Amino acid sequence: MSGLRIEGLSKEFGGVHAVLDLSFEIRPGIVHSIIGPNGAGKTTLLNLLTGVYFASSGRISLDGRELTGLPTHAFAAAGIGRTFQNLQIFFNMSALENVMTGRHLRENCGLLAALMRTPRLVRAERDCRDRALELLRFVGLGGSADAAADSMPYGALKRLEIARALAGDPRILLLDEPAAGLNPTESMEIAGLIRKLSQAGTTVVLVEHNMRLVMDVSDHILVLDYGRKLSEGSAEQVRNDPRVIEAYLGAAEQPEQAHA
Amino acid sequence: MSERDPAAPRWWAAPRTGGLATLALIIALTPFALANNYFYDVAILVGLNAIVCVGLNLLIGYAGQISLGHAGFFGLGAYGSALLASRYGMPPLAALAATTAAVALVALLVGRPILRLKGHYLAMATLGLGIIISIVLANEDGITGGPDGMPVPPLTVLGWTVQGEQVWYWVIGGCLLLAVWLALNLIESPTGRALRALHTSEVAAEVVGIDSARQKLKVFVISAVFAAIAGGLTAFYSGFITPEKASFMRSVELVTMVVFGGMASTFGAVVGAAVLTILPQALTVVKEYEMVVLGAIMMATMIFFPRGAVPTIGAWLARRSR
Repeated sequence: MSGLRIEGLSKEFGGVHAVLDLSFEIRPGIVHSIIGPNGAGKTTLLNLLTGVYFASSGRISLDGRELTGLPTHAFAAAGIGRTFQNLQIFFNMSALENVMTGRHLRENCGLLAALMRTPRLVRAERDCRDRALELLRFVGLGGSADAAADSMPYGALKRLEIARALAGDPRILLLDEPAAGLNPTESMEIAGLIRKLSQAGTTVVLVEHNMRLVMDVSDHILVLDYGRKLSEGSAEQVRNDPRVIEAYLGAAEQPEQAHA
Repeated sequence: MSERDPAAPRWWAAPRTGGLATLALIIALTPFALANNYFYDVAILVGLNAIVCVGLNLLIGYAGQISLGHAGFFGLGAYGSALLASRYGMPPLAALAATTAAVALVALLVGRPILRLKGHYLAMATLGLGIIISIVLANEDGITGGPDGMPVPPLTVLGWTVQGEQVWYWVIGGCLLLAVWLALNLIESPTGRALRALHTSEVAAEVVGIDSARQKLKVFVISAVFAAIAGGLTAFYSGFITPEKASFMRSVELVTMVVFGGMASTFGAVVGAAVLTILPQALTVVKEYEMVVLGAIMMATMIFFPRGAVPTIGAWLARRSR
């Protein structure tokens, strides 16, 4: 069983179902988008898929391995990386250190080695630094490696989060509104980045309101409404699904307006 | 030697090389300013406090976790070393090592439940821990001598007895250098980055795979070990200890030193320890106003140097040199 499998997943906040009895699969190697009106439960779903929230019921498994109930860092160790809708940057560090921190899982150094700064640790640190620089260049931040994170513009921080998430070599990367607050040019850059990632073999799960971006990059789309699955399929299928059009526009009219 | 990274600071400006060299130089040159044994005594106290603060700063400044009970670990280190060396006749260094290991275990066991707490709740829990330790030390007078304190045998290493302020000065100076070196190494390691990461965003730290509970516990134990070793050395140096060394006020003093010097700055912790150890001694000239002046200086520091003395002055110098 390969890929991320979600079965009967529910999350309740004081009687309100943010996610209700959701089942779907995320197949490896392609770009999946999760869309839906505000409050549809998209971010809650991402929090469930990364172990930030515990599910009220249901199961999550990756390549047949049960992840339900594990702590957040265990989800990361299983190969799930993510970015945040409202930035969660380590503002007390430089851009480079943010990405190096993202590589935490790939570094196994003992406490004693860290305290004594053994030659082996120095070498590992150099490799980590090189890889982090490579990732910064990959997201187009090669020139800001030593910039303090708290002095960087919003658009750059969005990309910095992607680099940090990639540093752990995740098999699945969850992007929570990577284009929110970005101008059209920057959004295009994000689209290019997502395509590059997908070509490199990373499974991408995209939560995004920018429909142009979603329709542009997605291989598969899941539509949520009130925490339930409303529709699922290719961009073409979803775009023409009357239920989707109704959820977005109230009464159904021109399908094109749904992704304007 | 690989090619030098143009963005990396020169060796004399990097903390682990230049900073450590500067500290070594200060330690080496300070004796020229120490006119008599009283001055040596103050310098040794600075060094011992600085060792605790360097460890405590890893916990408070870098990992962002408060402890109001570190004098408790200091006290355990002092009394454990004293008891093992006097009552059980262990060689002093072995007593110090065994005590340190025991304190690490205590910190591990106590830290596991209380580090789940955050902010004010963690402050309360560590406060409680510190108070329990100081009460036990004061009340178990059959073992600890109670509030009157207990004598401690001198520190002997391979038949050589460490005695006299001038010898102790170099011993403590060396220990401080070692403590600073270890702390600087830790901060620049993956563990150090993990600590700084969970300080700013625990959720982001977790999603990159950092087990935040484990990292907090690790740094809590390390800081307790630093305090215990400083406590043990204090006991052997002064030859007499009282439970006052483990009191709540001592814990507050230690936290104040860290905050004053500058959080998340290892040299700031050293400076904070130095200033707040020397200042009360210097202020004895204003006798009854001593505490008032000390309080006023600390309030002014927090207003004008909100990030602590060393980071604020460092940032100012960096701006000037640009």
